[in-house]
Amino acid sequence: MAKFNMHMLVCGGTGCRASASDMLYENLKKEVKAHGLEETVQVVTTGCFGFCEKGPIVKIIPDNTFYVSVSPEDAGIIVSEHAVKGRKVEKLLYRDPVKKEQIPDSKHMGFYKKQIRIALRNCGLIDPENIDEYLAADGYEALGKVLAEMTPEQAIQEMIDSGLRGRGGGGFPTGIKWQIASKVAADQKYVVCNADEGDPGAFMDRSILEGDPHSVLEAMIINGYCIGATKGLIYIRAEYPLAIHRLKIAIQQAREYGLLGDDILGSGFHFDVEIRYGAGAFVCGEETALIHSMEGERGEPTFKPPFPAQSGYLGKPTNVNNVETFANIPVIYNKGARWFAGIGTEKSKGTKVFALAGKINNVGLIEVPMGITLREVIFEIGGGIKDGKKFKAVQTGGPSGGCLTEKHLDTPIDFDNLLAAGSMMGSGGMIVMDEDDCMVAVAKFYLDFTVEESCGKCSPCRIGNKRLYELLDKVTKGQAGREDLDNLRNLSHVIKDTSLCGLGQTSPNPVLSTMDNFLDEYVAHIEEHRCPSGVCKDLIRYEIIPENCVGCTACARNCPVNCIAGERKQLHVIDQSLCIKCGACMEKCKFNAVTII
Amino acid sequence: MTKIKSLADLKKMKEDFQSKIALREKSEKPEGRVLIKVAMATCGIASGAKQVMEFLIDELDKRNIDAIVSQTGCMGYCYAEPTVEVTLPGKEPVVFGYVDEAKADSIIEKYIKNGELLEGIIPVNYETID
Repeated sequence: MAKFNMHMLVCGGTGCRASASDMLYENLKKEVKAHGLEETVQVVTTGCFGFCEKGPIVKIIPDNTFYVSVSPEDAGIIVSEHAVKGRKVEKLLYRDPVKKEQIPDSKHMGFYKKQIRIALRNCGLIDPENIDEYLAADGYEALGKVLAEMTPEQAIQEMIDSGLRGRGGGGFPTGIKWQIASKVAADQKYVVCNADEGDPGAFMDRSILEGDPHSVLEAMIINGYCIGATKGLIYIRAEYPLAIHRLKIAIQQAREYGLLGDDILGSGFHFDVEIRYGAGAFVCGEETALIHSMEGERGEPTFKPPFPAQSGYLGKPTNVNNVETFANIPVIYNKGARWFAGIGTEKSKGTKVFALAGKINNVGLIEVPMGITLREVIFEIGGGIKDGKKFKAVQTGGPSGGCLTEKHLDTPIDFDNLLAAGSMMGSGGMIVMDEDDCMVAVAKFYLDFTVEESCGKCSPCRIGNKRLYELLDKVTKGQAGREDLDNLRNLSHVIKDTSLCGLGQTSPNPVLSTMDNFLDEYVAHIEEHRCPSGVCKDLIRYEIIPENCVGCTACARNCPVNCIAGERKQLHVIDQSLCIKCGACMEKCKFNAVTII
Repeated sequence: MTKIKSLADLKKMKEDFQSKIALREKSEKPEGRVLIKVAMATCGIASGAKQVMEFLIDELDKRNIDAIVSQTGCMGYCYAEPTVEVTLPGKEPVVFGYVDEAKADSIIEKYIKNGELLEGIIPVNYETID
C-alpha cells in the first residue's frame, strides 16, 4: 500500500486554472510516474491559495517549499530536482518584492501576512464551549494583567495608545469612548456589547461569538474595570441561537472559575454579565435605539447628546462597543498598545474582519490589516470574480455604505479612505458585483431594506426613503423622466441632512454612490428604456434566436406559464404578452438560443 | 470547580491546560493521536457539519483509530463548508472542504490511514498571532 512521504499541492483555484494549472497537474503526475515515485510522492489539487497574481502555485510538503508562476513545462525540473535530489528549484521560488530575496518556505512569505487573525485568532482553533482551551490560549491573562498591574487610568491610556477604533461602523476611538464614560460620576455604570449585527451580508460578530465567546467576555470585564461599571449586558439578536447558546455556556464557565462575579482574581473588583435579546431590527444597532430596546421600550433612536456615556441604560453612564471591537482588546493588553499600533495605517490601526460575499470565488470571512487594497482583497484573497466575469463594483458597509468601482481598487482600505470614496467601513460586509448586476436595481434593493427597517420616528427617514424607493422603482420600470435624476439626488441629500439617526443619515448612500459611478446606467433606463445588465424585468424581453433553436422543446416544457409555442424540431416562439420574465427558458436552453433584449 | 484567585493562579492553570492538551495530543503512545477539528459555526452546521462530526466520531471508533474529534469555530472558508481540519502526529494540519459523509470516509481511509491527500484540500491562507 502507498505510504506517501511527499505531497505536491497544485492550486486548482480559478485564477491558477486560467494559467494552465490543470496541465501542470497532469505533467507533474506523469513526471512522478516516469521517475517511479508514484508510491511515495502524491500530486493533488487544492482550493485557492489566495495568491492568484503569482499563479500557478505549487506547494511541496512536508518542507513547505512554495513555487510561484509555475508553467506546465516546469513539472520535469520540480520532480527531478526536488523530489529526486531534494534540491529546491531556485528559479521558481517566490521573491520578496521588497528585498528581492528568494523565500524558500511559505511561513516567511509576505503574502501570508495579507491575512492576520487578531479578532478571529481563536476561531477555528479552540473549542468555544471549553473555557480550558481558551485559558490555554492566553485566555483571561489580559484581564489578570489589567486587574493586578494597572490602574483604570493606565488601562484606558493603553487603549487610547493602541489607536483601536470601533469596529461596528462608526470608527470612534475606543479608548476615548472609555475615557469619557470613566469620567462621569455615577452610582452605577454599564458596559454593553452590541451583538445586533444587522448588515445584510455581514456575519463576523456571529462567527466571533460562536467561535470565541470568552474573548468578548474578557474584554467586557476589562472595560467594566476601566470605566467603573459592575454590570455588563450583551444585546444579541434572537436569530443567533448558536451564538447565544455558546455565550451562555461561556458565562456559566467564567462564573464557575470566578472570572465573573465577586472579587475577580483577588482584585476586589466585581463584574457580571447578562444577555438581552433583540428582535433583529436593523435600527437597534444604533446605540441609543439599542439601549431603549433593552429598557423594554420601542427600539427607536433618540437625539445625541446626551451620549450614552453620560446617560445611557436606565439613565446611567453606559459604554457600548461592538463584538469585533471587544474581541481585539485582550490581545492589545497581552501584546501591548505599541504592537497593535504597528499594524494598519496612520489613522486606522489593527485589522478588520470582512465578510466576502456576492460574485466572488472564495466567499468567506477574512481578517486583513487596515491599509490593504480592495484589489488584494477581491482578486487575491477572494480568488477573483466568479465564472471569469468582469468586476463591476463592491458594496462596502451594507445598506449604509456605497459602491466602489474599478477606480477605487488600489485605494488602501481604512475608515477615512472609504468615507472619502463615498462609502464607509460599516461593520465589514463586502458584496461583490459583476457585469451582470444592474446598479439601479442594487440601489433599489438596499432602499427596500432601509424602508422596511426604518423605525418611523422621524419623517425624513420614514417618508423620504419611501419616496426615494418609488423614484428608483420608476427608473427600473422605464417610467422615470430626466428630471427624476435631480429629484433622486435632492431627496437623497435632504434625507441625509435631516434624519435623526445613522440609519437615515446613511440610507441614501447606495443611491448617491451608484449615481456618481454609474450614471450611464440610470440614463439608459430613463432615456432608452433599457437595462444594460438585463436585470430589470420591465425593460427586458426574452427572445429565441432562430439560428440557434433546434426545437428541442426544453424551454416550452419548463415555462411555468406555457407561453412558448413550437413543434418538435421546429423554431419556438415566446408570446411576449404572457411572458413573466422568469428566465427559466434561458436557464434550460442548452443551445444558447434564448437571449435577453 | 475551583475558583481562580489571582493572576499567578491563572498562569499556572494555563500551563496545566497547555501541558494537558499536549499530553492528550501525544497520549502515551509515541506515535501520538490524530486530531480532528470540525468547524461548527452556524455556516458549517447549516451545511451538515453536525452529521459529519457524528459520523467521524462513530467511524473512527469502529475502525479503531485513536483520534480526538473536537468542535471549533468558523475557519473562514464559508464557500467550502463543512470544513474539517486533520492533524496527523508530527504533521502540519490539513484542512478539507466540502466534507460530507462520503468524503469523511475517504479522509479516514486515505489520509488518516495512509497519509494520502485528497483532491481539493484548502490551503491555510492566514497568519495567526502567537
